[in-house]
Amino acid sequence: MTAYIARRLLATIPVMVFVALFVFLLLHLTPGDPAALIAGDDATPEAIAGIRQKLGLDRPIWEQFGTFVMNLMRGDLGTSIFSGLPVTTLVAQRLEPTIVLAVSTLAVAIVFAVPMGVLAAWKARTAIDRVVMGFSVLGFALPVFLIGYLLIYVFAIQLRWLPVQGYRPLEQGIDQTARSIVLPAFALGMAYMALIARMTRASMLEVLSQDYIRTARAKGVATIVVLLRHALKNAAVPIVTVIGIGLTLLISGVVITETVFNIPGLGRLTVDAILKRDYPIIQGLIIIFAGVKVLVNLLIDISYVFFDPRIRY
Amino acid sequence: MNSATIIAPIAPIAAASRQFDWLDWSRRNPTIVIGSAILAVFVLVALLAPWIAGDQLGFEPLNRLKSPSAEFWFGSDQFGRDVYSRVVYGTRVSLIVGVSVAAIATVIGLVIGVICGYYPGIDNVVMRVMDGLMAIPGILLAIALITLMQASLLVVIVAITIPEIPRVVRLVRSVVLTVRDLPYIEAAVATGTRARIIMIRHILPNTLAPLIVQATYVCASAILIEAGLSFLGAGTPPEIPSWGNIISQGRTYFQISPWIIFFPGLMLAIAVLAINLVGDGLRDTLDPRIARRM
Amino acid sequence: MSTRASKSGIFFATALLLVYGWFAMSPAHAQEKVLRAVMHADVRTLDPIWTTQTIAAIHGLMVYDTLFSSDINLKPQPQMVDTWTVSPDRKVYTFKLRDGLKFHDGSPVTAKDVVASMNRWGKRDSAGKQLMSYTTSLVAKDSKTFEWTMREPYGLLIDTLAKSASSIPFVMREKEAMVDAFVQITEVVGSGPFMFKRDEWVPGSKTVYVKFKDYVPRKEPASGHAGGKVVKVDRVEFLWMSDPQTAQAALAAGEIDYLEAPALDFLPILKATPGIKIETHPAMGTAGILQLNHLHPPFNNVKARQAMYYLINNADYVNTISPDKSLQKLCFSYFGCGVAMENDTGSEPYKGPKNIAKAEQLFKEAGYKGEPITILHGTDHPYINPANLVMIQQLRKAKFLNLDVQAMDWGSVVSRRAKKETPAQGGWNIFITGTNVVASSSPITHTQIGMGCEKAWFGWPCDKRLEDLRKEWAFAPDLEARKKVMVELSKRAYDQVPYIPFGQWSNPVAYRSDRLSGVQMMPAVPPMWNIEKK
Repeated sequence: MTAYIARRLLATIPVMVFVALFVFLLLHLTPGDPAALIAGDDATPEAIAGIRQKLGLDRPIWEQFGTFVMNLMRGDLGTSIFSGLPVTTLVAQRLEPTIVLAVSTLAVAIVFAVPMGVLAAWKARTAIDRVVMGFSVLGFALPVFLIGYLLIYVFAIQLRWLPVQGYRPLEQGIDQTARSIVLPAFALGMAYMALIARMTRASMLEVLSQDYIRTARAKGVATIVVLLRHALKNAAVPIVTVIGIGLTLLISGVVITETVFNIPGLGRLTVDAILKRDYPIIQGLIIIFAGVKVLVNLLIDISYVFFDPRIRY
Repeated sequence: MNSATIIAPIAPIAAASRQFDWLDWSRRNPTIVIGSAILAVFVLVALLAPWIAGDQLGFEPLNRLKSPSAEFWFGSDQFGRDVYSRVVYGTRVSLIVGVSVAAIATVIGLVIGVICGYYPGIDNVVMRVMDGLMAIPGILLAIALITLMQASLLVVIVAITIPEIPRVVRLVRSVVLTVRDLPYIEAAVATGTRARIIMIRHILPNTLAPLIVQATYVCASAILIEAGLSFLGAGTPPEIPSWGNIISQGRTYFQISPWIIFFPGLMLAIAVLAINLVGDGLRDTLDPRIARRM
Repeated sequence: MSTRASKSGIFFATALLLVYGWFAMSPAHAQEKVLRAVMHADVRTLDPIWTTQTIAAIHGLMVYDTLFSSDINLKPQPQMVDTWTVSPDRKVYTFKLRDGLKFHDGSPVTAKDVVASMNRWGKRDSAGKQLMSYTTSLVAKDSKTFEWTMREPYGLLIDTLAKSASSIPFVMREKEAMVDAFVQITEVVGSGPFMFKRDEWVPGSKTVYVKFKDYVPRKEPASGHAGGKVVKVDRVEFLWMSDPQTAQAALAAGEIDYLEAPALDFLPILKATPGIKIETHPAMGTAGILQLNHLHPPFNNVKARQAMYYLINNADYVNTISPDKSLQKLCFSYFGCGVAMENDTGSEPYKGPKNIAKAEQLFKEAGYKGEPITILHGTDHPYINPANLVMIQQLRKAKFLNLDVQAMDWGSVVSRRAKKETPAQGGWNIFITGTNVVASSSPITHTQIGMGCEKAWFGWPCDKRLEDLRKEWAFAPDLEARKKVMVELSKRAYDQVPYIPFGQWSNPVAYRSDRLSGVQMMPAVPPMWNIEKK
């Protein structure tokens, strides 16, 4: 088991190297000049050239990449061109909102979707099944920002139950944070819910048709117990897989959700950085995201051992 | 495993010796039928656009933000443009984006996946590259690519396709890996059949079923991603109407003129739903064991 | 339940309550008066000299002070300066600073700080550069006095120092002012009424300022940027909301107090919301600029540029960008409307009916043979995007033009417009931007009107006569003389067409009048002092 983990971790290194190289090249081949953006609309061409030189943006690409890699080794992700703050500081400032959003979304999605999937599987091919599945597919078919605006309109503007935008940090009280994260978590969670509900239903159905389930039923065990104790555990593997796959959805959706609800998180930071050509931030963040993804995949693979005793590494 | 089932995954239909009973099949597979019917309507609308829609480019500022009426069936937007015409032309663009991304990603993914599955040497290197690509969040990669080249429909299609390729490669590769060890493939290799023939004639057909299903999901996903990119300001150029674009440009007026978002949003949801229905139906019809691998 | 269990139960519950209470307890500073504002951009760079972005000037006005300021009527008033004398030949100005001026670190403001600051600002700002080109010496005479000597009687010294739009000549410590003008300063220490809280700054999200308790305001009442800068709140937070819809909803819900630039289409909703006031300054406004590239065909030929007057319909722009008639000013003056220097001499071709045939003829005379006209279409900007769409539609009506529309984000436009190569090699023919009316209201501060050839702004218009007229304006002895020069300037501008102006429209401020009082209006950079919050 430890050998497996070690092997997997080692395998991530070439992946991360590729990511770093790819991202770096991508950015430096982009048209778009941070010096011009920084100097502002009324600046003259000499002013822009002056700024470019001071920022070191006119040195050859391989030299800039070398510096980048060396700094990476030391844990220095670079310094933002615009604000002059280290990337690690910017990331630290915005870590909490994104993590809270991601965790809340996951929680909301699982809490709602798994029971939905179980219900749909239990009442398979009845009206309930179709309604539940239809509802979940709707969450998948509507773009996140549309769901977001609808939720804001109904719950924040009309009913005034929840704030329109913004994120209240944990230090201001968990209840405040919860209020500000409810709508974003639901908006983002809809698509996730759809995925998880479908997967849950599908795996539950498959498990339910197995022999040992019929045996349990024949023995007189109540359906609900059968569902929860036997079927769910065995269906856990594919469900967890889907959660892992959904991570991609989550990261992409986080960017949009943070924009709609004005949450100062990592997603928004990256998009702003891309549009402003703040290279160091973009590089640092994509590497962080990639690293997180790789790590989560590893964790999911390891978690299979606990869910399915048949899987051994 | 029945080799006949694998070589001809649409066996239930082809193997039948009697005339195929469409009506019966339709009744047993309502999802594909409904989904395909809806899609057919969209395709028709897209093809007939110049005849059924008005001028989608022209605008008159004095007509801005008018509610749906006889003159403007879906109302007008902030430039005075007819939302109905834009939605109709938008059907073209959104469908083109969806289909192109699905087609290109599928073809490229198929080629790479088959080669990878067959040659372990190449497999190692290429899969690391694919892992790397998959690790980068798709939407960020797409935005970066779109700002790299200037925005145009082609660039948007390319930018959305690239992050979708690794998933297709994985799928194809997993099928190839399973099939590669089958006795009849070994037999083909033993008798000296050229690798290319083996790949094309024996391995490829097995990938088609899951691939087609995956392609439908990629199509739906591409349409949604395009909407998201337009929302962030990095999608198709604003002149070109796509559903995502119309929604994105109209979102500021959500409270004043909700129809600008409502109609394209409705079309978007229905289309994505329809595509998903077709995908699900196909998956259920084709060999469920292959389908489960997804 | 046994007593043991119930005791531990009570203990547990109390502990839980305490923990919850600790979390739920509001942080200390919530008792303070906090003004929450959303500006039109995020405070990204902290050096207002280094960049010309208006948001940098807004930040600067919070933490720095100026020698002179413009009052609400845009007339220069002394701010840090107490008294001053002018020599009879109008070439030497001697200024004396007033008492009590201190930097945020406690050190007093001296004339040496002023001299260094002015020198640094003079290296970057266009009006400053003009001023410095006439300056022979600027020295500190003692700790409070400094002397400004010029080689010609340039009449705009004080007006320039009282600038109310970017870049404002802020006074920094000598330490920061000695930093190269092309390098950002890193420390923010000013002598203004607010202090910048660096430890709470989240770029892209929140910028925090607190009241500078040792600030000594002038005795006069506040008027625009001039008068006493009395801060009546404890804290000001600039929150950044990229989505105008979110910002508007936040103001309506009371989550913020002040919205600098609400999207114009939301004004009816905001007006209808009780407790919200929409206010503007008569000179507040944005003027659109349709910039042409004078280096390459077809617009290197003046006839092609003049042809544009017959194709571009000014009214379409204002009707699209700012449909509320009360906020529009259909303006044909290169120097803004509703300002002292307003003048539209020579504008008949532009004002008159559109004439595609005439435009075609002029293009032909200019030698246009159907080459592609490259348009840099900036898509992610609230008014530049719609303005582009209007222009493209207008130009499409002229079927003889071959348009090459390239959609890109604003960042790409900014970098590409700096390229002097031919459009085919990565250059451009047309791009659209805007400027604030105050900046364009004076021939000296109006960057885009300059036709100094290679030294000019992007587009590189070239005309010696117009440059001579600008200089003539600067040296005119009084207002009447200046107005006479304006007539010639406008005529020449319409003849040589540095760019096509369109607009003008106003961007009012929206704020919660049920909570705030004492809000001052200024055309470009809003002052945050004097505001009281209930």
